Amino acid sequence: MLKHRVIPTLLIQNGDLIKTCKFKNPEYIGDPVNAIKIFNEKEVDELIVLDVGKSKDHLEPDYKLIEEFAGECFMPLTYGGGVKTLEQASRIFRLGVEKICVNSLCFENIETIKSMVMKFGSQSIVASLDVKKSVFGDYKLQDSSTSTSYNSNYFETHLEQLLQAGVGEIMLGAIDKDGTLSGPDIKLIKKVSREIGVPLISVGGISSLEEIKNSVEAGASAVAAGAFFVFHGKRRAVLITYPPYHELEALLN
Amino acid sequence: MIVVIDSGINNSSSVVRMIQKVGGNVKIGSKPEDLKEASKIVLPGVGHFDEGMKLLNESGFSESIKECVLNKKMPILGICLGMQLLCECSEEGNQKGLGLVAAKVLHLNDASREKLKIPHMGWNTLDITRCNPLLTDDPEEQRFYFVHSYYVKPNTSELCIAKTLYGSEFCSALNSDNIFGVQFHPEKSHRFGISLMRKFVEL
Repeated sequence: MLKHRVIPTLLIQNGDLIKTCKFKNPEYIGDPVNAIKIFNEKEVDELIVLDVGKSKDHLEPDYKLIEEFAGECFMPLTYGGGVKTLEQASRIFRLGVEKICVNSLCFENIETIKSMVMKFGSQSIVASLDVKKSVFGDYKLQDSSTSTSYNSNYFETHLEQLLQAGVGEIMLGAIDKDGTLSGPDIKLIKKVSREIGVPLISVGGISSLEEIKNSVEAGASAVAAGAFFVFHGKRRAVLITYPPYHELEALLN
Repeated sequence: MIVVIDSGINNSSSVVRMIQKVGGNVKIGSKPEDLKEASKIVLPGVGHFDEGMKLLNESGFSESIKECVLNKKMPILGICLGMQLLCECSEEGNQKGLGLVAAKVLHLNDASREKLKIPHMGWNTLDITRCNPLLTDDPEEQRFYFVHSYYVKPNTSELCIAKTLYGSEFCSALNSDNIFGVQFHPEKSHRFGISLMRKFVEL
């Protein structure tokens, strides 16, 4: 029986593992390769690694680091951060990465995303969208690399464009929830999962297994989380955890 | 020597790493001559069926693979698109497949199925349908990682060694003599994949 995927999401900045809160205040967590080793031993479903400064600073992906990550993963690995061209994508896939996550490129050049889908297959391209809830309760898309906020009508247009470009998955991030351990935005997950035929990865706010289950019931095919898997307790002590398979199975099947 | 074919669109490095992990002697084959040293072949693959076949045909790999598999009876393991390329043809494209097994490749969302999220992506289990050298019917549930939109439909049911349920059942692993194919990614399936790869290495 197919179960829903539960995916630790790791943020990298200048080679360090960090964690943000609402996309701000990066906190140093430790060595990413070590963290990936631990997640591999814990037999996680998948792993997503996002190098957050790359697009913003127009930097090349750190291929050496990505290769080190891939070398520790006997599970699927998604990489995101600064991938702008087919050549870069090709190089990253050859290092042993399964999927590439694009975010700012979705705003900059939808044609390149189409070409990536044609060349590597839709299953290897994940489009990530970050949204912020406005005071009126509607959702505004944000391009975090340029800190551009779009009006709420553009959200659906953008989503539609990405689906037409053929991306294999949509990763939906709730900016207000990032790093807060305050629970997922169920309304947002429901809204988007209804509109798309491809798997939805929801991310932001997870603080318990129960909330993972709620996200799945709201329509997420996969639930990603950062803080939940790297912090422990009220004081946010760094501790890498992941529930054992039988627990997830009992929870989600 | 196990040669992992890299015709340009696959992520052969994950497969190579896993074969090394289980102690296999392995190299990447980027041109047909590399198959001269081969005692076994792994054909991984991601992407479009036509693109995969075009690369195998243009590089000359198609003929060399057929020679090794049909005449020299060399064991071959096709992974994901690699499994599909072993077949006669695919609904995904117009190119002819390698035709090493009597099977066709169909889209997962055919009429008999309920509306499914495509691609089929994530962990799923196997129902072993025939005794075979790669997969054993262990008491512990074995799970493997799948990412695909098309599946292999063998012309005869004997070819199938494992089935997987996604909407309805499809053939997730096949075997005919020295030819093996798996729709899932053993190189990305933790210890379950490691066990399968070890058995292939030890064949």
